Amino acid sequence: MTMQFIRHTKTRGTRRFLTLAAVAASVALVAGGCAAGNDAGTGTAAEGDLSITFIPKQLNNPYTDVVLGGGKDGATAGGFAATEVVGPLEASASSQVSFINAETQAGTSVIVIAANDPDAVGPALEEARAAGAKIVAFDSDTNPDYRDVFISQVVAKDVALIQIKLLAEQIGGSGEIAILSATANATNQNEWIKFIEEELASNPEYAEISLVAKVYGDDDDTKSFQEAQGLLQAYPNLKGIISPTTVGIAATARYLSTSNYKGTVALTGLGLPNEMRPFVKDGTVTAFALWDPAQLGYVAAFAGKALANGTITGAEGDTFDAGDLGKREVGADGIVIVGPPTTFNADNIDDYDF
Amino acid sequence: MTIGTSPPDTAATAMRRTSGGLASVLRLRELPVTLALIALVALTYLANPLFLGQQGMKDLLLNATIVIILAVGQAMVIITRNVDLSVGSILGIVAFSTGTLFVAVPGIPIVLIFLAGMALGALLGSVNGFLVTVAKVPSLVITLGTLYIYRGLNNAWAGGTQYFAGDRPDSFGALSVDTIAGFPLITLIAIVVVIIVAIFMASTRPGRDLYAIGSDPEAAKLFGIPVIRRVLLAFLSNGVLAGLAGVLYASRFNSVGATTGTGLEFDIIAAAVVGGVAIFGGSGTVVGAAIGALLLTTITSALAAIRVDKFWQQAIVGLLILAAIVIDRITRIRTAKKLRRSEARDV
Repeated sequence: MTMQFIRHTKTRGTRRFLTLAAVAASVALVAGGCAAGNDAGTGTAAEGDLSITFIPKQLNNPYTDVVLGGGKDGATAGGFAATEVVGPLEASASSQVSFINAETQAGTSVIVIAANDPDAVGPALEEARAAGAKIVAFDSDTNPDYRDVFISQVVAKDVALIQIKLLAEQIGGSGEIAILSATANATNQNEWIKFIEEELASNPEYAEISLVAKVYGDDDDTKSFQEAQGLLQAYPNLKGIISPTTVGIAATARYLSTSNYKGTVALTGLGLPNEMRPFVKDGTVTAFALWDPAQLGYVAAFAGKALANGTITGAEGDTFDAGDLGKREVGADGIVIVGPPTTFNADNIDDYDF
Repeated sequence: MTIGTSPPDTAATAMRRTSGGLASVLRLRELPVTLALIALVALTYLANPLFLGQQGMKDLLLNATIVIILAVGQAMVIITRNVDLSVGSILGIVAFSTGTLFVAVPGIPIVLIFLAGMALGALLGSVNGFLVTVAKVPSLVITLGTLYIYRGLNNAWAGGTQYFAGDRPDSFGALSVDTIAGFPLITLIAIVVVIIVAIFMASTRPGRDLYAIGSDPEAAKLFGIPVIRRVLLAFLSNGVLAGLAGVLYASRFNSVGATTGTGLEFDIIAAAVVGGVAIFGGSGTVVGAAIGALLLTTITSALAAIRVDKFWQQAIVGLLILAAIVIDRITRIRTAKKLRRSEARDV
């Protein structure tokens, strides 16, 4: 029955193709309906009448959920009339565009977006701005031309430095190391990796550490798992791995903890305390880092409000009120920093629940 | 056959020649993939001996385990001239339900977890089978629909919730760590599955019926084969195996959540096709599909072990699929020629 249409007459093949197309079209309609029917913000800047929509890289990602939880709190505290979260289930470059278009049509006042690709979302965001929306990028930046401000977890360089520092301590300051990243074109990952490479090249303390490989697990458990295996096979002298992504570090930790390499290969990076807890307790991982993701969403919501009210324009030196977190200042290139990264280890990991 | 003019054993000789031809055809189907696997492993070993070290072997087997089980199930469905695109979604929903069960029912026996996972898989698989046989719509379309439906259910159910290895008992995770004679326990489960299904397909009536249905559905019906029941059986078995794979996924990997198993279906179909299961149904074996699965997962590890960019991997898998189809084509032509020749001799 299946695939036999290839061998059938053209008419039957065509009819089946149409059936297939019809199914695909209805799936698309359902998906589109979800996106379009979600808010009726007016887009005017009147106080109390503002609407905000968060577009994360993908829905149903545990890290993103914590960020969005903070974002909703911030939006409520900031006095937005309507808060929505829409987004794709798959973190691909083009998947966010249709959601941005729907927000433009709905007249949303503030769009907060974590870009899967810095440029792919550009034209859609420009349309949204032309229609009066303010654009706040968070988590992963768009090209600066397409947004008003970027809310960065931490100073990108600090994130890079703390990871290399943790790993250097764990491997005793010398040996081969590798990086297991998310996708090859993720903006935030590549920025951290760049700073790690620069630090390795310039800091004499790290002169005996050599970065031998960068591999990409696409933020997929299975792929990250196999990439970790490959690293350990291809580089028998590998002393440590940095994985600056929550999926990658957890998959690598799982592999290490179930293999002969446990305890002989160090692992650090950016992880979620709840996900990493067993690996810290069983000794696979000594220490890793992250920021408080909820604060990221919280500050993004307040930045959106300040932009929509006209309090700030996103120019360097602008300051705005970020509720419980106090004042935040817009730095160079429209970047707002939330706070310093936190290091988690066996002593403090039980104090965190996200 | 004319009487008296030819020696009495001509018919028997012709028969033997035909069956000898068939046997070589069968061998031909699995031979390329087996040779490719051996060559791949040998070359990689020469380049990096760690590839076949103790840990390396264990990793190779573990990587292949889940894909082997899924490829065996998929082969049963493809042999009936159908396909099941929803296996990745079935695996995902079962894996998440496994994580949920361990949290919801502390201390639940692991045997029950396996039974529950396979029962859920059977349910989802039989929905596919029911829709395909009753609605009489091509399975490509039906299972494309259930791929999204099952994934949607998983998304709605799981939301952002994920269950981690730490939420499950150590003895469950140990299934993917502990070995007997170098074979991880879950790999032994996969081997048992391959043997059982291979015997079923090769030497039982319902198993042979699946081939008959795939070769010619109309003729199978006229011959009196209960086509609907058999096709349902194939989809149900595939669902059970996808369920089993889902439980094993939860044992092996760290997290199970809304996106677990996304996109797996094409790897599985590729494994079956590369292993000599003809996409038009009616030929191929589950052993071939299992070797195909082992080959595809080994390629990924081999490329990583010899430091080849993994982006090449997909291109290589594509080439293998094309090679499998060319081999299938050549086999068909040769079989047709042989049959014609032996028939001509019998006249």
